[in-house]
Amino acid sequence: MSDLHTVNKSPFDKNSLDTCLRFAQAGSSILLIEDGVYGAVKGTVAEAKIRDALAKHKVYAMAPDLRARGMTEDRVIEGVGLVDYAGFVDLVESNDKVQAWL
Amino acid sequence: MKLAIQINEGPYQHQASDTAYHFTKAALEKGHQVFRVFFYHDGVNNGTRLTTPPQDDRNVVNRWAELAEKYELDMVVCVAAAQRRGLVDEGEAKRNGKDATNIHPRFRISGLGQLVEAAIQSDRLMVFGD
Amino acid sequence: MSEIKNFLYLNRRAPYGTIYAWESLEVVLIGAAFDQKVDLFFVDDGVYQLTKGQDTAGIGMKNFSATYRTLGDYGVRHMYVDRQSLESRGLTQNDLIQVAWEDFETDEQVDNIVEVIEADQASEVLGAADVVFSF
Repeated sequence: MSDLHTVNKSPFDKNSLDTCLRFAQAGSSILLIEDGVYGAVKGTVAEAKIRDALAKHKVYAMAPDLRARGMTEDRVIEGVGLVDYAGFVDLVESNDKVQAWL
Repeated sequence: MKLAIQINEGPYQHQASDTAYHFTKAALEKGHQVFRVFFYHDGVNNGTRLTTPPQDDRNVVNRWAELAEKYELDMVVCVAAAQRRGLVDEGEAKRNGKDATNIHPRFRISGLGQLVEAAIQSDRLMVFGD
Repeated sequence: MSEIKNFLYLNRRAPYGTIYAWESLEVVLIGAAFDQKVDLFFVDDGVYQLTKGQDTAGIGMKNFSATYRTLGDYGVRHMYVDRQSLESRGLTQNDLIQVAWEDFETDEQVDNIVEVIEADQASEVLGAADVVFSF
């Protein structure tokens, strides 16, 4: 029994990623979408949070959103899985429900 | 799986409606069902037929309408949110003394119960917002 | 009739600055007719929705704070509040309204269903829900 958490805002704009990480149960999956994908990029003050999260969760980021924002794959934190919209659908299906952290 | 889609923001202002669209389309193409697409808060503004977006960019309203036509989607705009924001169909115009309608024919105005019902009847509720 | 689901309304925004608090409450009120199991969780600025003494006369907006006090009559069993969100805002439970609840079939009564909880309990509440509404 595990959930998929979506985070759509940048970690430098809102605290949604922080709040998500406070409540997401171990083993759950976190998907960064829209501006949330900036959290997946190396070299930011949020990087440590994502690295810590990877110890307890599967973390993914939307590849189309990263590309749109000029963030190439080599800039993504190692261990963060990249998915497209079809992959997003698969994640929803393979988890019990979705918690949206807006 | 059977999906309920909730969209909280209007076209263009936020990416919510775009992400919801691409997700919904991907789900349908994979053979999943969409029980209902429910537009709430400023999301009701996705239901106007009067947008004229620039030619070189996506047409958010028409894109939803085309998807709805292809897959027979039930696209519902919340009546209370619509009344606040001026999204009007024939029935609402008559009831509330408005001299115009602006809803796109592929959308229907209905109550919040439709969102609750969708959450009950579906396997997953997806919320796209700000 | 499908099985009864466990609904969790996730409230993270303050009242009045945006409409999300009020319009999410409208879903809770309408949802009562569907007889599901309903809990609310207030976290981040959402805790401000429950503060006492709201007076909106000066900003010309409808004061909907009294509606929270009726939620016990609308099938809501728990109104969970994140302790950390309260503390970082300098608030305590005393700053929040009380909401009474009664089960009309069993006559079970609870004086106050507003319950301040720790993060681990909140994780479980969120994890156990069948549906999470976000606004």
